[in-house]
Amino acid sequence: MKGSPRLRALILIAPLLFFLGLFFVWPLITVITQSVSDPAVSRVLPRTADLIGDWDGEGAPSAEIQAAFRADIVGATDDQAVGDVTRRLNSSKSGFRSLMGKTVTAVRENPDVDLAEVDKRWADPAFWKAIQDNASPYTDSFLLAAVDMERDSAGSVVAMKEGTSANFTILMRTLWTSALVMLCCLVIGLPYAMIAASVTGWKRAVLLGAVLLPLWTSLLVRTAAWMIILQDNGIINQVLTGLGITSGPLALIYNRFGVVLAMTHVLLPFMVLPIYSVLITVPGNLMSAAASLGAHPIRAFLRVLLPLSLRGVISGALLVFMTSIGYYITPALLGGAGDQMISSVIAEYATRSANWSMAAAIGLILLVLTLALYAVYNRLSRDPIQAR
Amino acid sequence: MQKTHKISAFGPRLARAMAVGAALTLAGTAASARDLTIVSFGGNFQDAQRELFFKPFAELTGKPVLDEAWEGGYGVLQAKVKAGTPNWDVVQVEAEELALGCADGIYEKLDWEKLGGKDSYIDGGATDCGAGHIVWSVAIAYDGNKLTDAQPQGWEDFWNVEKFPGKRGLRKSAKYALEAALMADGVSGAEVYDVLATPEGVDRAFAKLDELRPNLVWWEAGAQPLSMLQTGDVVMSSVYNGRITGLNRTEGTNLKLVWNQSIYAVDSWVILAGAENKDAGQDFIAFSNAPENLSKLPEHIAYGLPVKAAAEMVPAEFAVDLPTYADNLAVSVNLDVDYWVDNSEELTERFNAWVAQ
Repeated sequence: MKGSPRLRALILIAPLLFFLGLFFVWPLITVITQSVSDPAVSRVLPRTADLIGDWDGEGAPSAEIQAAFRADIVGATDDQAVGDVTRRLNSSKSGFRSLMGKTVTAVRENPDVDLAEVDKRWADPAFWKAIQDNASPYTDSFLLAAVDMERDSAGSVVAMKEGTSANFTILMRTLWTSALVMLCCLVIGLPYAMIAASVTGWKRAVLLGAVLLPLWTSLLVRTAAWMIILQDNGIINQVLTGLGITSGPLALIYNRFGVVLAMTHVLLPFMVLPIYSVLITVPGNLMSAAASLGAHPIRAFLRVLLPLSLRGVISGALLVFMTSIGYYITPALLGGAGDQMISSVIAEYATRSANWSMAAAIGLILLVLTLALYAVYNRLSRDPIQAR
Repeated sequence: MQKTHKISAFGPRLARAMAVGAALTLAGTAASARDLTIVSFGGNFQDAQRELFFKPFAELTGKPVLDEAWEGGYGVLQAKVKAGTPNWDVVQVEAEELALGCADGIYEKLDWEKLGGKDSYIDGGATDCGAGHIVWSVAIAYDGNKLTDAQPQGWEDFWNVEKFPGKRGLRKSAKYALEAALMADGVSGAEVYDVLATPEGVDRAFAKLDELRPNLVWWEAGAQPLSMLQTGDVVMSSVYNGRITGLNRTEGTNLKLVWNQSIYAVDSWVILAGAENKDAGQDFIAFSNAPENLSKLPEHIAYGLPVKAAAEMVPAEFAVDLPTYADNLAVSVNLDVDYWVDNSEELTERFNAWVAQ
């Protein structure tokens, strides 16, 4: 009987646990596995995968390996699985698409055909090297490629040739843009929350309503509204040129400015609300108390109100930063080619090239970065007053 | 005794209730069976398809037809098929997606006897998995009212910013951008893919793109270059040919196409593997590609027809605007699908890295 309250409590939160497991833990595990597993070649070409490890990489592989390869192709009856292998190999070495199509047809007709006669590319070690590289069911190549690294022929990790991939650049740009948005939100949000917390009655209702109202509008609508306002013949440019302040339209859209401006607007509530909720618990007479002890208002603010609101500031900044890292639609609509963030790269891999492993690997890098930042913030926000 | 009587009296009623319930459930599932779902590329093109093919087919069969729009992307189709039962039946795909998916087995094989045989199609229009539906081009377009003194004749003029000052719009993809760059660098249309097949050729194309970088504006959706041309944001742009003709007809604009060095390809209907309505889908493809139906399309949107008999039935006034019109075809380049199937991933990555710099 003793354990039963605990058991009953467990039953009560069972739906929550089930939900967390199904929609949080399980997808996370799937993504992590996807980013390091590479089972296509070893599953569909098992005999080749077994033997090719011993090949020295010089010239075409031995007759034994080639025979194993042909036997694997004859044995592979599932076209979709063969498609997975082809896609995997083609992303290591361009040309495998047409090569595999041709080879599969030829080998199925005549299992003893000479591969080099089917296509002269089979005499090129580079194509066999691709099979060898992908023979293991586990790989770190996706994770390395997600930050523009690869393994050279000796197996050591090196940076990719310049100009072949921009994942790392875009990742850094994502962090930088997010930091910028976070700062803008802080600069506007902190005074705003302080004013909202210091007034009462209808004034407070109006101030909070102004922050909350945009939250109830769709993100897409808000972004489209910014497009209309910022474009070359939009309201701002019409007013500026109409008043003769500028001679031509200013470039307000399709650049970093437009992205940061719109994201700041969209994410502002996530900064204001946490700070506000902390500030309304601060007794209103603290500032007067500080003043009565002779503190200058600025000094009183820095020593009393700011430290007290710090917990709200930190959680607001965290919320804004984490949310902006994953932004996709706003940069896509308001940014130029040089303002796209990492989500657009993930989408490109997932929906265009069907390279889910790369999509998972970049997602994982993003997750690790977020967790690391979270750990830092967590330390900072533990208790700012006692920590001093 | 009384008890059992009660139970047995209750029994049949319960059984009847259960039978009714089961019948209702069955009827429910039958009614909830998904209607034939056709997916195309949206916009005024799909509006025309809806009037010409989707609605008449629904009337003919007496069953509703659903249509959805997509923007392409092989990963989308692959995900749907791998998930089990796809929620789309018939999809219009580009040549590259057709070749990839047919090799990967994510499309049903078509019954060519029902479709009038492969010989009734132009080259590249009939494959095991796909029935060609339109022939479309990527070509240079400019505003005929603005460029009155001199007009661009091909990609060399597109790169000539002294003769034609102003920004240029280009589709944001390695495909088409690299071909255009090489042709601007003096490579003839017939040799473009031979040059691109070498690493030096690819470097050469990127070097040529570098030259134009400060003057380039990228577009992704087919409607974007039209508005950029209308507002004068760009002096010329690559476009999907059908939309230009459509806009000139509906809005009275004077946008001009440069057929020289345009790049054409075939879009096809496919049926996703394991699709619930694959038989109805097959009937729909036969219906929409029947010459008497398909030949009405060019009146609405200027795309060529891969079905030979349908192309012959198009009135001359519309035929001159099509990529398949003999004079247009003679100066065009055929997109090399095999090249892009092999190289798309690597070049797309490099292209995206180049754009992001």
